[in-house]
This record gives sequence, C-alpha cells and structure tokens, in this order.
Amino acid sequence: MPAMDEKNGAARPLLAVRDLCVSFFTHVGEVKAIRGISFHVDPGETVGIVGESGSGKSVTSLAVLRLLPYPGRIMSGNVTFRGEDILSKSAGNMRALRGNEISMVFQDPMTSLNPVFTIGEQIVEALAVHGGKKSPAEARTRAIEMLNLVGIPDPEARFGAYPHEFSGGMRQRAMIAMALVCGPSLLIADEPTTALDVTIQAQILELMAGLREKTGASIILITHDLAVVSEACSRIIVMYGGQIMEEAPSEELFENPLHPYTKGLMRCIPAFGGAGRERLVPIPGTPPDLLKPPAGCPFVERCREAMRICLSNRPAFYGEGRHRASCWRLDPEAPK
Amino acid sequence: MSRHNRPAVGEAPLLDVRGLKKYFPARSRSFFSKEKRTVKAVDGVDLSIGRGETVGLVGESGCGKSTLGRTIVRLYEPTEGEIMFSGKAAPDRRKMQMIFQDPYASLNPRMTVGDIISEPMVIHGIGTRSERMNRVHDLLRQVGMNPDHAMRYPHEFSGGQRQRIGIARALSAEPEFMVCDEPISALDVSIQAQVVNILEDLRDLYGLTYLFIAHDLSMIRHISDRVGVMYLGRIVEIAPTEELYGNPEHPYTKALFSSIPRIGRQKEGEGERRITLKGDVPSPIDPPSGCAFRTRCPHAEKLCADRVPALADRGAGHYVACRLCGSQSPPP
Repeated sequence: MPAMDEKNGAARPLLAVRDLCVSFFTHVGEVKAIRGISFHVDPGETVGIVGESGSGKSVTSLAVLRLLPYPGRIMSGNVTFRGEDILSKSAGNMRALRGNEISMVFQDPMTSLNPVFTIGEQIVEALAVHGGKKSPAEARTRAIEMLNLVGIPDPEARFGAYPHEFSGGMRQRAMIAMALVCGPSLLIADEPTTALDVTIQAQILELMAGLREKTGASIILITHDLAVVSEACSRIIVMYGGQIMEEAPSEELFENPLHPYTKGLMRCIPAFGGAGRERLVPIPGTPPDLLKPPAGCPFVERCREAMRICLSNRPAFYGEGRHRASCWRLDPEAPK
Repeated sequence: MSRHNRPAVGEAPLLDVRGLKKYFPARSRSFFSKEKRTVKAVDGVDLSIGRGETVGLVGESGCGKSTLGRTIVRLYEPTEGEIMFSGKAAPDRRKMQMIFQDPYASLNPRMTVGDIISEPMVIHGIGTRSERMNRVHDLLRQVGMNPDHAMRYPHEFSGGQRQRIGIARALSAEPEFMVCDEPISALDVSIQAQVVNILEDLRDLYGLTYLFIAHDLSMIRHISDRVGVMYLGRIVEIAPTEELYGNPEHPYTKALFSSIPRIGRQKEGEGERRITLKGDVPSPIDPPSGCAFRTRCPHAEKLCADRVPALADRGAGHYVACRLCGSQSPPP
C-alpha cells in the first residue's frame, strides 16, 4: 500500500513497516514474537494497535524504536521513517531520532520516572539530550510550557516536585510532557491508560486528542482495550499471535468486521448500550505458543470458521481500499 | 436465561451490613509526631444482599470496594458496625468464600492443583480423602478443566485456567455467598468472557449469591442484578442494574459512566457529551467534610460541606446519597 502512494507523489507515509520479523532467543528456544507484519502511519493520523497479551503489539513499537530488550532481535523486514531506513542507522543517528522525531510513552508512569530527580529536571534532561543547546533558563521555560500544555495545574511550582508527589494521572501527564518536549512528529503510546482509573483515563485520552490537534504529531496508540481505540483512533490494526489479522478505519472495523478473530472479540464484550443480558460468546482455547507457531493462520485452533487450508497455509490479505483482513474465508474460492 | 431464584418478598436478606467501618492505621506525618492518622477505607456502609442475588460494586481504585469485600468475609475485622450473615453475627467462613483478582499470586506455587482445591474441605473437615479427591475432579470438570490437571502445579497453567482453579477452590466447601474481587481484570478480553460464563453457570446451578467487585462497568452491568457505586469509602448510589444505568442520579455516577470509552460513541456524535472530572480522588486519610465528592463535583454548593448525605430512597429500589439530587434543586 505505501509503495503506491510514493509513486503517485501523494502524501508519503510518516512511518512504514514492511515484512517485519522479530524473535526472542530464550533458553527454551526461539520465540517468534512478530512474524511478518506490514503497516504504515500517515502524518497527523492516530493509529490504534489492539491485541491481547503476547500478540506482539508492544514488541512492534520497541522494534520501530530499535529498543528491543536483550534476547530480542529483528530478523528481517524494513522500517522507514520519512522514507529513511531506520534499521540501518548507526546507534548515534538512531539516538538523534528517538526523542526528537519519535518518542514513546510507556504504560507504567510509576516505574518510568526516576524517583530521585524532580519532574522538571527530567523534562529538562530530555531537552538537553535531544533538543540541542539551550540555556538553563530557556530549558526551564520550555519545560514549564509543556507542563502547562498537558494540564498540570500550577506548573511553576510543580516543576520542582518529585514523582512521588504526583498522582498516577499527573505522572502520566508528566511522561507525555517529557515525550513531547522536543516536538516529535510521531508519538508511540504503549498502554498509556491501562494503569489508570476510568475517570483519569478519560482525562488522558482527551489530552492526547487535543495535543494531536495542537502539535500535528501522529500517534500510535497500543492497547488491549477495543473501546479505547474505537474512541481515540481513526484507523485500527488488530494483531494476534505476532501477525496482523485485520486493519480498517475505526468505524468500518466495528460496523463490518471481516476477520473471525475480530468478530469473536466483539462478541466477548457485553454491549454497553444494550440491555446487555445476552450470554457472552467466549473465544474458546488460548492464544498460540509462539515457540512453535502454527504454520497457517495463528487463530486456526480457536476459529469457528476454520478450514483445512487454514492449518497449513498462511492467508494473504483480502479486502478493498483501507479495509483488509488476513483470512482464507475471504478468498473468492472459499466456500460460503 | 433463567434469572434465578430472587428472594421472596419479606424474606430476610442473606447478608445484612449495617454502618460498617474499616479504618487502617496510617504512617504519621513525621517519625516524632504523636499524632495518629487513619485511612478510612470503608466509612459507614449499609448493604443488604438477598439470597441468590448478585450485587455489583464499582468505583475507582482506593474507593474501598475491595476492603469492603474483604471485611464482609472477615479477612479484616471491622472497626465498627455489624455484619449479619443468615441472621447470625458470627462469621460462617465455610459459607462465605472469595475469588481473588490476581490468579498468579493467589495460588500457592508449591501445592498441586488438587491440594489447592481440596484445602478448604480439609480445613472444614469435609469428607474422606477419596471423597475429597472425587469432588476435586467434579469441580475441575465444572470449571471446564480436565480432572487430570489435579496432579499438576499452578505454574503450568495460563491466567484464565488459574482463575478457574481459584473458582473451583472457592466452591469446594459448598459456599452460599462468594465475594468476587475483580476476578477478570487480570485476564485478556477473549478469556474474560469464558470466566464470566462459568461464574454465571455456577450461580444458576448452586443458587449462589455474589458480591461482584470490578471496575469494568459493562461487565458489572452484564452480571449484576443490583449495582452500588462507591466513592471514598461510602456507597453514593445503589439501584437495580437497569435503573442505575438508565437513570444515574448521583453526579459521580454520571461522570463515571460517561468516562467509559465505548464502541460506537464517535458515531453517536455530540448528543451525549462526556463529563470529564477535574482532578484526582482525595486522600482517604483526610477526606473532605460532608459529601466526599464535593471537591470534584460540577454542581457542588456550600451546603454539601456541612454533613455527609445519607442514602435517600428515590423509589424503585434506587438510593442516592446526594443533597442536590433531592426534589428542590435537581442538577442539570
């Protein structure tokens, strides 16, 4: 998909990932965490990646930033940012990209802040490492501006506060301030609201939507919560067992899901609007073991619509326009 | 679906909690300070649950919902107030069981699944060894597992399977009442529905009574007959499920419901604007005077600070603790 855009001279995607494979070499063997995924993010767009634990959604974001922890390795594929290959960059160039152009907000604001430095010092540090030379006074002013932008009351006084003096929601705001202080064009948020209560989650999601409008940054929102992506994202990628199962604009995905996994997920959640008393339809079984990933579709063992071919061959993507799904049932030759 | 045996009119409730308080000592401000501080985790809760009823309890973290559940089954001794179970004040531990949130921390890794499930029977002296083993096998089957799993250890199972083991353990002493403390929040979406269905089946099979604690408001709506909303140690609103979700009255309940992200809201458009609360939950060490919610309430007035509002009957089993929700000046 992205290749076509480049030729036409239409808006080039900000980030393009092609056939990415990531494995972790653990003592029990090679865990194939990601097995050939391709997607792109356009400028100013909010893309949601949803999946259950072990689906590879967090590993994808770490691979894009080349921050994979030790036994993990990118096996193949390529990742381009503004048309430049990220995977062949030197460590120094990569460091210049991180924070400046692409930055990340992690799930747990309690453990991602350093407890012995003030919030202000940590934001200034991000600026010093990535933001070029600035006088201390300028850096301080900029940090206070950012704290104000993310809605921390009385930012001048809060500049000198330590993380333990902040509540969970405030810490997440501070993390977002830190991630945005150098004006990145892509923000990757990995489960930014999972550790927070719903009323605080609503505040943070509102904040992120507002910031996207103000700064024009693209956002990749990684979460397990379908409802969160449905509200916050314009396009959604559904991952399972290290592969992309379905990708579609948000409304389209919920109105007309194509993949049996996506359909199954939606039957698992009680409808909030409806009377909600119908029995839930769970997806039987458990996710695949990525030490021995299935040869065909990763969902085959839990799928109610599985056919023989699903066991042995990996399905291609089917669908029109911006909606695509990887399922043999969508093949024109599949029995209806 | 059979909505099980509702209590007949006039029948005494299975569980009756009156004026329950649970305070914990908190660290004082400084090492030398003589001042004693307390965390008022549960601060005056009245709650009665009929036989066969499922009551859901929602609220944000720190509101005291887990403490309330644990105090009811007497994992904590109440600071004040009374808990009547089957009309008796003495706790009947065999008839009250609990399912915990974290399926990894709540099973002893050094015991086999069979030993874990039969432990309550051993403690209460139920059956002989072989009878207990038969029951373990039956229970494993009922929660959708294989009887052979009794010989294995907890680490061999996934989170969803461990939660099933926790449910089998809670059932083994044949309880009448179970406190389910966030039993699904640690599980993946596709596994949550499996566990909820098992809990519903067992409720219908044994006529169990549940106190179901969760922060997932859609799941609470799905499983509960009646839902209570807690804020800073008190129940601020309680009503039959559909009444509460269709017609929330307390400003906190309204804000809580409108904060939940939900599928398809984008399309509904502006018809239903989200109420975003400002700020965070105040500390339960030094809660605001009067109505604890007044510091974040969009409608708060002076009178909210004078005294704690009592739960007022609004008809149809709907109780609200808000002085502004009364007849004089309903909030917009």
